[in-house]
Amino acid sequence: MSKKEFKKELATEKQIRRRTAISFLIFFLLLAAGYAGWRWLYTQPDSDGVQKPLRYGLQKDEEIFGSIFSKKTIAKNYPKEKAAKSVRVNGNIGMSNDFDYKNWRLKVLKKNGDTLRISLDEIRALPKTEVIFDFKCIEGWSQVSHWGGVRFSDFVKKYGLDKEAGMNYVGMQTPDKQYYVGIDMESMMQSQTILCYEMNSNFLPLNQGFPLRLIIPVKYGIKNIKRIGTLYFSNPKPPDYWAERGYDYYSGL
Amino acid sequence: MKTKRIVKKHPLAIRWFHWVNFPVLTIMIWSGVLIYWANDVYRLGWGDKTILKFFPDSFNKALHIPFKLAEGMAFHFVFMWAFLLNGFFYVLYTVISGEWRYLMPDKNSFGEAWQVILHDLHIKKYTPPQLKYNAAQRIAYTSIIIMGFGSIITGIAIYKPIQFGWLCAICGGYEAARIEHFILMIGYVFFFVVHIIQVILAGWNNFRGMVAGFDVEEVEKRNSTNEPV
Repeated sequence: MSKKEFKKELATEKQIRRRTAISFLIFFLLLAAGYAGWRWLYTQPDSDGVQKPLRYGLQKDEEIFGSIFSKKTIAKNYPKEKAAKSVRVNGNIGMSNDFDYKNWRLKVLKKNGDTLRISLDEIRALPKTEVIFDFKCIEGWSQVSHWGGVRFSDFVKKYGLDKEAGMNYVGMQTPDKQYYVGIDMESMMQSQTILCYEMNSNFLPLNQGFPLRLIIPVKYGIKNIKRIGTLYFSNPKPPDYWAERGYDYYSGL
Repeated sequence: MKTKRIVKKHPLAIRWFHWVNFPVLTIMIWSGVLIYWANDVYRLGWGDKTILKFFPDSFNKALHIPFKLAEGMAFHFVFMWAFLLNGFFYVLYTVISGEWRYLMPDKNSFGEAWQVILHDLHIKKYTPPQLKYNAAQRIAYTSIIIMGFGSIITGIAIYKPIQFGWLCAICGGYEAARIEHFILMIGYVFFFVVHIIQVILAGWNNFRGMVAGFDVEEVEKRNSTNEPV
């Protein structure tokens, strides 16, 4: 081996070592940075039960998917025979035993400060809409079920709530105020969203929210509040039980 | 007489996409399992007979899976963007740079892949000639892209089954999309296991290629007429 060749060989060896060392140094630095970034994210302070940056991300998702939401897109309708006879019950928050259903009225808070008190009979006198759709729980299961009630948009028209419907959100809570939801107006005004008083053509069972619940196919079950006591309108987001516990506020499907 | 020389292997961009995807996919799988736990109905078996439950209680317990649906959803629906964008730019890069030529199976790949597998299992000595990737790798690395695409499609179908009702219908409905999404996840885990074994068996030079980007080749000095690429 000539001296020149030997030098060249040595230079190659040196280059291999140098390039390997630099690359792995950068690799490990990035690895450490990645891990530090993960630790940072995981230990960020809470915003309603979830790390702040993730809450920000969920809000961005809401903006993106809220902007492509179309009221014209409806949940698939199923024939009556497909509807479950035994309908799954999930969640009993806000369903306290001391509920006085005989004196129940739906309280609607108007913009001008008035409160409407509407009885079940008055609601049942409004045009009925039936919805048979695949009810989706945020847990991941779904079930085709059959509901009947008055379209929220019809209800708004009938009770002259057009001014209120110009606001951003509808808030609802159970009579005991233990369970509460907030829903964007667009989703509320979709044609399948009903103030529901019937399941499988009968009165709602108590555990399904008798006398009145919300059925809103474009949202997960958590937004389909049972036993509505008070309904109100608001521009800022109304408080929402599960959104305060780490879940996505929008929860749209 | 042999001498070493440095040859380019993986472009910097490919190495970035690869090493970004690894933690991102890990987070997607982990957060996905947190979500799945809330309705963990899948199993392998028939009738009342269950061979394997997804997932066994011991598995859930060991990995702190239970009661983290909200956390899982928050991570899943934030990191999905990283997964989507990284995958999108990877595919875009392979198309523009021409790297896809090394990655896509050609007409011989499907026949040759068997030879590669038989060789890797030490059943046969013969290895088919290859460029950057062998036939089995070409099929695997292209399949994983198709799987990624599948995860995005089935993912959107579960995430927005009404707004993207047509996509949900293509997947065979809401529940079918959820099963497909789950099976793809199992596919990634399977890919990962095989991938790690292969990387260990292939050795240092190969692994360094994915970090530093170059390969070291030993060539006969006198006969070497090839210029380094």
